[in-house]
Amino acid sequence: MTVELRVAEGWLTVCELDALIPGRGVAALLPDGSQAAVFVDRGGRPYAISNRDPFTGAQVLSRGLVGCCDGRAFVASPLLKQRFDLESGRCLDDDGVAVRTYPVRTAATS
Amino acid sequence: MSNPQTRPALVLVGHGMVGQRYLEALAERGVTATHRITVLCEEPRPAYDRVHLTSYFSGSSPEDLSLTPAGFMAEHGIELHLDDPAVSVDRDARTVTARSGRVFPYDVLVLATGSYPFVPPVPGKDAPGCFVYRTVEDLLAIEAYAKGRTSGAVVGGGLLGLEAAGALQGLGLATRIVEFAPRLMPVQVDEGGGAALLRTIEGMGLTVHTGVGTQEVVADGPGGAVTGMRLSDGTTVPTDLVVFSAGVRPRDQLARDCGLDVGERGGIAVDARCRTSDPRVYAVGECAQAVDGRVYGLVAPGYEMAETAADDLLGRGREFTGADLSTKLKLLGVDVASFGDAHGATEGSLDVVWSDSRSGVYKKLVVSPDGVLLGGVLVGDAESYGLLRPLTGSVPPAAPERLVLPAGIGGAVSLGPASLPDDAVICSCHNVTKKAITACTTLPEVKKCTKAGTGCGSCVKVIGQLLPASTDKGLCGCFPYTRAELYEIVRTLRLTSYDQLLDSHGRDTARGGDGCEVCKPAVGSIIASLAPTIGASGYVLAEEQAALQDTNDHFLANLQRNGSYSVVPRIPGGEITPEKLIVIGEVARDFGLYTKITGGQRIDLFGARVDQLPQIWARLVDAGFESGHAYGKALRTVKSCVGQTWCRYGVQDSVALAIALEMRYRGLRAPHKLKSAVSGCARECAEAQSKDFGVIATANGWNLYVGGNGGATPRHADLLAQDLSDAELVRLIDRFLMFYIRTADRLERTSTWLERLEGGLDHLRDVVVHDSLGLCAELEALMADHVAHYRDEWAETLSDPDRLRRFVSFVNAPGAPDPTVKFVPEREQVKPDLAVLQISPSPTLEPLGGTR
Repeated sequence: MTVELRVAEGWLTVCELDALIPGRGVAALLPDGSQAAVFVDRGGRPYAISNRDPFTGAQVLSRGLVGCCDGRAFVASPLLKQRFDLESGRCLDDDGVAVRTYPVRTAATS
Repeated sequence: MSNPQTRPALVLVGHGMVGQRYLEALAERGVTATHRITVLCEEPRPAYDRVHLTSYFSGSSPEDLSLTPAGFMAEHGIELHLDDPAVSVDRDARTVTARSGRVFPYDVLVLATGSYPFVPPVPGKDAPGCFVYRTVEDLLAIEAYAKGRTSGAVVGGGLLGLEAAGALQGLGLATRIVEFAPRLMPVQVDEGGGAALLRTIEGMGLTVHTGVGTQEVVADGPGGAVTGMRLSDGTTVPTDLVVFSAGVRPRDQLARDCGLDVGERGGIAVDARCRTSDPRVYAVGECAQAVDGRVYGLVAPGYEMAETAADDLLGRGREFTGADLSTKLKLLGVDVASFGDAHGATEGSLDVVWSDSRSGVYKKLVVSPDGVLLGGVLVGDAESYGLLRPLTGSVPPAAPERLVLPAGIGGAVSLGPASLPDDAVICSCHNVTKKAITACTTLPEVKKCTKAGTGCGSCVKVIGQLLPASTDKGLCGCFPYTRAELYEIVRTLRLTSYDQLLDSHGRDTARGGDGCEVCKPAVGSIIASLAPTIGASGYVLAEEQAALQDTNDHFLANLQRNGSYSVVPRIPGGEITPEKLIVIGEVARDFGLYTKITGGQRIDLFGARVDQLPQIWARLVDAGFESGHAYGKALRTVKSCVGQTWCRYGVQDSVALAIALEMRYRGLRAPHKLKSAVSGCARECAEAQSKDFGVIATANGWNLYVGGNGGATPRHADLLAQDLSDAELVRLIDRFLMFYIRTADRLERTSTWLERLEGGLDHLRDVVVHDSLGLCAELEALMADHVAHYRDEWAETLSDPDRLRRFVSFVNAPGAPDPTVKFVPEREQVKPDLAVLQISPSPTLEPLGGTR
């Protein structure tokens, strides 16, 4: 199985699903030079959001820890610990802030 | 839902903060389902947070400032036209024409056109180098123009002017402020407050001219660019750019052109329901003149008007009759607050003033002759704003002179929130009373149910004090147990898996889930501390344990603010050979790392990318270095003075002992970091009494001190035992550390743990010296296990290709370095290439571990 995420050019294969440790993330470089943070939760569900921590401007969200709150997965920024909902990109600790999300799927390796 | 074509049409002109708030108010009331809604927006981007515009210079991108949640427009069927402002309204035909030529019919029209910056009509005001400070585009233009230039001036020393001055200074420009009034922030503060503000701002290196007007912008540079300003006092000052920030004016032209009533001094006249002279047309926010004849330039009244207009659409009888102009801000790092009748305009009012020019603090309360608090001004220390503002209109529970004295001075009182009446407004942004807040039990609940604390945030502290102290001692939302209880559970049941622990001992709602960022590292640390005893791998990145570690432990390095890492090799006792020093120097030079000596007698190498860490460590391990665990909640260093060997005062070999202790406890995972030191005589050059465990030599052996701390809350260590032999000392430290690891809370240093420990030092001495609990043999055995099983994490990582695969910047481009990790030169080394100003982290956030 591979993990794919949708960018302007179509579905982009990021890595093998096995390369992801449940509860942790990896960073992916996108064709336009931006960066995505890709995660898989304990149930094996993948998520992708922008890698950029809006509070510091650093590309580090992929290095945060995944948790869940009311059944929804989030990642906590490794820098100042703000949490972001992995589905909506919304910051759980600051209503006015959100990060971009990407459609993501797993696909059988061809 | 009705057919979209037959639904009444609502057109909103303007998509600023108030416009967006109005749309949210419509959505909350279901109006988005009953009306066809079209929004015309002049700017190329949807509504954003203009109040925090300056945070762009501290690293926020325009996207971060956005107030428009992704998908909001689509979800509510709202049509948003960016970059297409309304140019005319035909009230007879009930249509709005946009700049693009498109015509939009309306049944309801809402004007939220905001305001525009006032630029005084001085010669040269349009020269290249002149700017206003209002939109993201203004910021981008200022930033671009400032590149390579050295000085800037702001016309206007009000709230926005000071914001703009802060931005210019942040861009590296020598900045001056020119204010026509005799003081800074003339609207909000009085003369005394202005003087305190002036001194503080001048102290930051800004030049301030007050009581001086701008006569002309001198524009004789290449291409007619700005080179200076001529002031009304006859002087000419040099400047490369000028930002006009001399107030705003309501944008009411559209309304004037279509014959709506406007106020004498501008502003679309509205009634208490925010309707203009045409009942089909509303006006809200800064473009409107409220029923009290004022034009409000603050966001809170604008929000209130948006809610009022939305309610009126549904026939709900809400009214906006005027607003409180109280405000608390941090401008250029200075707290400034003003509330109620700040200028003492009420007849017969009296002032109570505390002014301290040394610390830049000025506080004034305005009271009526019978003691009712009418208002006040606070500069330099606005801590009491959250409590004083809600007391406005009542007689405070303490004499006003005692309320303005600084804390710590005899007679000063600080008010508790308990003294506030139930109907006191705690959150003035959202008009929430104490009663509404105390109906909730947690801060998230308060924010969700009342919106209190989600505006300017100045009331969050008071809200916290109003809520009941939590009786739930659980570590986090996932576990109902304390860290000490989880330690016992893991030890007794020999659990080596976090998931297993969560599923068997987590709260019902958390079982089977992903846990959280609080308990994962805490449980990871417990498993690591107990690893040899419970049969877990002592390697923190082994299998499931890898998913529990904070990023520092996960990459075995310290994350820095730009996403790069720092590297600290262990230098036991601070003793290092010239050969090893040379290796560190060569590695730093070859990888371009910033090098700094730490307070713990070692060397920190900054600026490594994730993908460089293994290459750096391969060289260090080759030269005989091992991990310094600067990244872990673990033993950091055992610092030492040079001791008896060289020092004429020394009575013991402090270096040898420090090395032995550091080698014994290296890699030991604990609830928080552990620091230590050994001094060779009572002169205490190693500062052992500020450490978690410190040792001081005596003529007869060693004295052991515990629970010391430097940092934010310094604590002198307590003497635990005296004149110990080497073996006695080590045995006692073994017991002390293991007892601490077993019983402390997450992120609790030994100092706070000892303060909290029931029975305090005496109890600790009973347990670890006199073995009152019969635990000592077990504590010693645990430490013996740790010592026997220690392995260097970096050597172990380098030997395993699977583990090395994690050290890439990008999973889909393993060889590519992260292009956003950039550096610029400074003092012959490098520093991160960041946006100019620094974001100040909220004090409630947990700091990252230090590197000493």
